[in-house]
Amino acid sequence: MSEPLIFELSRPGRRGILPPENDVPCKEVEQLIPAGMLRQDEPQLPEVSELDVVRHYTRLSRMNYGVDVGFYPLGSCTMKYNPKICEDAANLPGFTRLHPYQPEETVQGALELMYHTQNYLAEITGMDAVTLQPAAGAHGELTGLLIIKAYLKHRGEKRTKVIVPDSAHGTNPATATLAGFKVVQVKSDLRGNVDIEALREVVDEDTAALMLTNPSTLGLFEENIVQIAEIVHNAGGLLYYDGANMNAIMGITSPGRMGFDVVHLNLHKTFATPHGGGGPGSGPVGVKAELEPFLPKPVVVKENDTYRLDYNRPLSIGRVRGFYASFGVVVKAYTYLISQGGSGLKSISEHAVLNANYLMHRLAGHLNIPFDRRCMHEFVCRPRGLKGKGVRTLDLAKRMLDYGYHPPTIYFPLIVEEVMMMEPTETESKETLDDFARSVIKILQEAAEDPEQVKTAPHSTPVGRLDEVTAARKPVLRYNG
Amino acid sequence: MANIPAELKYSREHEWIKLDGDRATIGITDYAQDSLGDIVFVELPSVGDTFEAEDTLGVVESVKAASDIYTPLSGRVVEINEELLDAPETINEDPYGKGWMVVMELSDPSQVENLLSKAEYEAYLEENA
Repeated sequence: MSEPLIFELSRPGRRGILPPENDVPCKEVEQLIPAGMLRQDEPQLPEVSELDVVRHYTRLSRMNYGVDVGFYPLGSCTMKYNPKICEDAANLPGFTRLHPYQPEETVQGALELMYHTQNYLAEITGMDAVTLQPAAGAHGELTGLLIIKAYLKHRGEKRTKVIVPDSAHGTNPATATLAGFKVVQVKSDLRGNVDIEALREVVDEDTAALMLTNPSTLGLFEENIVQIAEIVHNAGGLLYYDGANMNAIMGITSPGRMGFDVVHLNLHKTFATPHGGGGPGSGPVGVKAELEPFLPKPVVVKENDTYRLDYNRPLSIGRVRGFYASFGVVVKAYTYLISQGGSGLKSISEHAVLNANYLMHRLAGHLNIPFDRRCMHEFVCRPRGLKGKGVRTLDLAKRMLDYGYHPPTIYFPLIVEEVMMMEPTETESKETLDDFARSVIKILQEAAEDPEQVKTAPHSTPVGRLDEVTAARKPVLRYNG
Repeated sequence: MANIPAELKYSREHEWIKLDGDRATIGITDYAQDSLGDIVFVELPSVGDTFEAEDTLGVVESVKAASDIYTPLSGRVVEINEELLDAPETINEDPYGKGWMVVMELSDPSQVENLLSKAEYEAYLEENA
């Protein structure tokens, strides 16, 4: 790589800042910190000037790839454009200069914004109450299952099983395990729906919940959702909605209408707040009325014309996050919500689904589409006839980097071999989708005619093919130059 | 085509089972290791742990994915292949030999009847892959 590590730029004695002589009384560090907690060696910190640091990180930042640079069809991640007006709103001094310990009467505007966001998200999901606390999707899942657990305990029920389809996000079984449940997997049928017979076999009086993503990670709407909800509810279990794919259904249907009892959302997916390194995330959880007493506290409530934080909730599962969650992220999502309005949100979902179907049809003659159905906001596909050439999905994804695209999700969901999962989102134009489709078709031709070109890709990035296996087996996590 | 030795039994979850009286050695098949790709991490149970058939026995993680290993038979773990913990690539290199994972003492040897023969596993792969 052309850019050295910051450690390699280090020169003894070089520094960015010279602090003035200390002119106040001071104590030796040994007098302040117990000997056992003091390090014995000098820390190996790079010695560099301010300009060294600025240039190094500016150069690195130019190697970044994000939605502001190009197309990013990473399935199940909803990498949509994040409108800059949302950043403007979050940067208003009235928000950025708040102190978390300010008296409630001096932060009425902030509380009002949280209150409205709770209510809007409740309306969109068909739930009765919402907490904004969870830090991101998986944290929302855990919060949701802890609410279910507290609810069941309060009713004197001891249910130990959580059912998860084989197409689920890996976080679902991980969450259920962390929350102390036993995970039971249920398979998908040939149309990509939950296999109803297999579900009937595993649902019983021990079932606490079914965790379901709808549309599923195959990008397909679960056609039997009403029947599924009935099976689980009849056995006394609850339905948990993984909101990762909420971008497909806003204003058209809702988890509440489908029969779900608990929902998490990802503000950093559906509601256009920054994702990945640009986060932090935010994973609000919505619940039906009978679960409301168990929500984390505090919840923002309105009394007459005053907003306040309600801590008096004896059945609450307690706090799941310090202070008031990712408040700045909530400001961005709120700005997005009110700038779109109800009809705007519906139009977003319609266009997300339209874009995915358009791209799927552009590629259908060139890639295998394992489920011959209309897709929702994303679809799965896989190469065909390339195994003999030794070209795998990983190679195609790497070659897309040379064409200036972030590749789609690959090798997930696990139930489709050599799979690619593409989610274009609603914010991409027809021209972008056409360009991308042409590039994919060209890469498939290269794979057939000149497989080496694809198998050794990428060729134009700052670093080429990384040795992911050695990186995983023998990771070097510290500079020891 | 994946290597499927005739002397072993197989599960639908792509484990192989070598029977020796009331003991069974368990590993993952050549097909399974090839589908997973380069294995980078293995989690095994402890000696003495007991499992019911279809319980999760351990985890294998490749660059692509983490997958549970299910035991097709009920019993108690009497031996584990600790060398895999430091050299998970052994499973890729020699799935039916040095890549074995656990030895179990079976509590219900009649479950062996549910296992697949070479021909049945071949047909199963044909159907599902």
